[in-house]
Amino acid sequence: MLNKKWLLTLIAILALLLTLVACSSSDTSDETTADETVAEETTDDETMAEDQSDDAAMEEESSGSAMDSEAAMVADEFFSQEQYDRSMRQMTMEAEGPADQPWIQMLEPEMIDTSEYAKEGPYTFCFSNAGVNNPWRVVGYTTMLAEVDLHPEIEEFIHVDAEGSDEKQISDIADLVAGGNCDVLIVSPNTTAALTPAVEQACEELPVLVFDRGVFTECPVSFIQPIGGYAFGQAGAQYIIDNCEGDCNVLALRILPGVDVLEERWAAAKIAFEGADNINVVGVEFGDGDNAKVKSIVTDYLDRFGHIDAVWMDAGATAVAALEAFEDAGADYPIIVGEDQQDFLVKWQENGLSGISPTFPTFQWRTPIIAGLHVMNGEEVPAVWRLPQPTITNENLDTYVQPNMPPLHYAMCGCEDMPGFPENWGGQ
Amino acid sequence: MSELTTTNNGPSTWQRFAARARSVNPIYVIMILLLLGVGYLNPRFLEVNGFLAFLRRAAPIMILTAGQLYVLVSGGFDLSVGSIVTLVVIGGALMIDNDPANTWWVILVLLAGGVVVGLVNGFIVAYLKVPSLIATLGMLLVLRGAGLYWSGGAPRGYLTDNFRIFGRGNIENLPLVDKFPYAVIVLAIVGILATYLFHRMVYGRQLLALGDNPRAAKLSGVRTNRVRILAFVISAVSAVIAGILLGGFSGVNIEAGTGLELQAISAAVLGGAVLLGGSGSVPAAMAGALALELLFALLNLLGLPKPLRDAVQGLIIISAVAYAALGTRRSK
Amino acid sequence: MTTVSLSNMQQRIRASQIPPVYAILVVVFVGAIIIDAIFGRGQMLSGPILTNMVVRSVALGIVAVGQTYVMIGASIDLSVAFMISVTAVLASFVMQGDPNKVLIAVVIVFLVGILIGLVNGLIITKLKVNPFIATLGVGLLLKGFLNASFTNFVGAVPASFQTLGYGEIGPIPVSILMLLGVALIGGFILQRTRYGAHLYGVGGSEEVARLSGLRTDRVLIMAHIICAITAVISGLFIVSRLRSGAPWVGPDGLYDLESIAAVVVGGTALSGGKGGVAGTIAGVLIFAILDTMFNQIGMDAFLKQFLRGAIIILAVASYTYRYKGEVA
Repeated sequence: MLNKKWLLTLIAILALLLTLVACSSSDTSDETTADETVAEETTDDETMAEDQSDDAAMEEESSGSAMDSEAAMVADEFFSQEQYDRSMRQMTMEAEGPADQPWIQMLEPEMIDTSEYAKEGPYTFCFSNAGVNNPWRVVGYTTMLAEVDLHPEIEEFIHVDAEGSDEKQISDIADLVAGGNCDVLIVSPNTTAALTPAVEQACEELPVLVFDRGVFTECPVSFIQPIGGYAFGQAGAQYIIDNCEGDCNVLALRILPGVDVLEERWAAAKIAFEGADNINVVGVEFGDGDNAKVKSIVTDYLDRFGHIDAVWMDAGATAVAALEAFEDAGADYPIIVGEDQQDFLVKWQENGLSGISPTFPTFQWRTPIIAGLHVMNGEEVPAVWRLPQPTITNENLDTYVQPNMPPLHYAMCGCEDMPGFPENWGGQ
Repeated sequence: MSELTTTNNGPSTWQRFAARARSVNPIYVIMILLLLGVGYLNPRFLEVNGFLAFLRRAAPIMILTAGQLYVLVSGGFDLSVGSIVTLVVIGGALMIDNDPANTWWVILVLLAGGVVVGLVNGFIVAYLKVPSLIATLGMLLVLRGAGLYWSGGAPRGYLTDNFRIFGRGNIENLPLVDKFPYAVIVLAIVGILATYLFHRMVYGRQLLALGDNPRAAKLSGVRTNRVRILAFVISAVSAVIAGILLGGFSGVNIEAGTGLELQAISAAVLGGAVLLGGSGSVPAAMAGALALELLFALLNLLGLPKPLRDAVQGLIIISAVAYAALGTRRSK
Repeated sequence: MTTVSLSNMQQRIRASQIPPVYAILVVVFVGAIIIDAIFGRGQMLSGPILTNMVVRSVALGIVAVGQTYVMIGASIDLSVAFMISVTAVLASFVMQGDPNKVLIAVVIVFLVGILIGLVNGLIITKLKVNPFIATLGVGLLLKGFLNASFTNFVGAVPASFQTLGYGEIGPIPVSILMLLGVALIGGFILQRTRYGAHLYGVGGSEEVARLSGLRTDRVLIMAHIICAITAVISGLFIVSRLRSGAPWVGPDGLYDLESIAAVVVGGTALSGGKGGVAGTIAGVLIFAILDTMFNQIGMDAFLKQFLRGAIIILAVASYTYRYKGEVA
């Protein structure tokens, strides 16, 4: 019995320790309500390797120094001032190429020679996909398949799906390379850091095209990505700053940490919010892209703070759930940042919300196939194929609402004129 | 063993009452403490409407837990319930096809589908003798894969308002409370039925006997396979109901339901169900589920970062089970 | 005639102690080759693809060996996925790309692993908490601590350490040798040492084992420590592949439920006392063959999931369905 009591005591001590840790961080977030910089520091604390709550508490006013602190150490790989500046610059630029086909437009391209890869058709294109585990990827993949169908010279299209596992995708890429059939390898990495070695190995064997999420290597022939996360995050944050009157309680909802595209969105929004006087970020939460979780989180915040004036989201998949939390609580709709998902666009239109949808357009799934054909023909491609990143606003909303499409269809698919539309995308 | 003999002899109401009074399940105490804690931090919570809104949010997991309890008491696990919820949300949206007139037959089809899944789970365990942990783990993959394949990976169609009313809607303009959520009515009905079946009918006693000692139960004439299969059916149907409520609460979403199976098992265990069977109580299990949700709400109100909520949850379920296990040993 | 020779063969197989799962392995392998030849690219038998197939199973295989131990002891370990994450994150955090810190990092993660295995074992044996709940709870604790301290890829392992994941000795990847080593040592301890015999005893009937003078608690605690150690090895392999560790690498790979499924498919009974490492390795290989075949024929991701689930059930049912007793 003694033995067991001792063990129970051990557990109790553990519990106590935990509570202590918990309390120390809850202290910081209590102050949070009064001061938004600290609120954001708390999330930063989580990003970095060590507990920095002391630092966080000190940094009440000096928002700039957050970037000098150890907090920026890990974020370093996700935040680059250069990229941030580039992103901001490109948002105001006119892209090269036909405006009605944004998927072949490019911004500030640095063309490179690909004649070494030139080859007679027919071709086998291989695609290592991180997964089709969310509707954005489903729409994108459907669009990509339709693009493949447009090109008879692509005889075979081999698709392997890593089901959201880094380790599996590494093996998948090794399989595709070992198979020796592929003329081009297209990779949509599951996570940035983890897939880098596998992509490096593949680069030694065949031309590689990376799109969507990036990798930490420049070995791929071309990296295809819209303007980027910074522009996405900044557009939403700026809209909130410009349209919120008086002191403005903002709730920031993120999906999950560690994906560069999403980290960049938050990084830019954070900079914008820190630079604004009227913004009080009351919380930064991860909702895992789960409607029920997001709705609960928003409901709790409404309970805690009485009123939330704006909701910033790093991805719009759960925007409708967030809005419903306001409806159910009988609160006024907030200013909302969503994405180009039909359910959100429909709700936005129906209720005349004050909103904005930066997009991470699914038409980018067409580009790698087109780029791959350029490479096979030995034509020049940009080393970084920057695609435009349209924003849906109150003004152009009506052109993107498509009631015949499923709720989780992404309007910016550039797929309306493709064969099989709308049935293959689930529309009617 | 004492449990089995008492249940077999059919204790008088008085005996049962006395036994219960002596050992009030600590989960009720915990639940009330948590309730007060949350109410202290957020007084709105102790108002009728605030509390009902919270119950509405907790209803799906409470219903899931009630169903899971049946399987746990039989000695098994049902890991497939989370996938059933996902399938209900996706399949419901697909079949309703944006036409509110379809809602009623779709709900019936979904419930029937739940019965079928439960029968298959039960058949695999009872007749193919595959341990339920593996059988329902396999079923988890099968159902999720089937649901997503069926819909092409993303939900097609909305859940109509008359489907969502169960999870989201309220009866308006009542005396005393101005809003009463339908979900709470569903919760009450399911809770009462589940409790009655478990605690007042022969089936409940047979289930306890089966979980406590399958061979003895069989020898005493319990048709063990039938009892076991029914437990899986009840669990699956409860998952369908939970799915209807959750889909109603949150709308179409492919994440709906992921991870709920482990939460339901944790909740039932908090409420005193012994894993590997033989003991449990429906109201206590549902109280366990509510306590868990209250705990999350409390941690949230305290402003704890989300990771610590996981840690605290882990600590609490271990401690609760250790407390119960050491307690029973002492009494022997 | 065929029936005679079949039963004859069955007897011979039984006598040679080859676990019955190898029959399934052969069927799956041959079936996969045929299916690939008809619907796929017919590459399943090429050297690099076969090698890759085994590399695919390394991470799962190593941790499944440990899972075999706890399951033979009639326990279970659901915390391995987070254990893998803890190892991966801690290793890359300590190493920070510096080859001189590899040793200290490895020592630290093994110590942490042993500690967590010990905690699992103590909670189960001394506090009498059901292993399912105990290890689920410990897993949640680890998850909480991990996510509270790290939300991202942290640090990096030095290039030299990546030999573990990508290096080759001759034509054979280091990682396969590692899996082989872990499996051989694991099998040896189970079959040839007194500890192994004790573990089978405890799993078969704890009561009998205790009455015959075994310190059953110690045996089971040891099994949990061994399981945690294999999770650490698996975590080290994964971090060497990924170059850096993140909190989600373990749970995203589903190493908890998949390792349990592999062990059971391999013929180890959930109720304990039966099974072995050889069967587990076959179970893991079956998953790897399926993965490779699905890739070769370009199977839809959702159908993959469906089939994987169905195959787990059918494989296990193929040896359980004749059992006469009650199973829960």
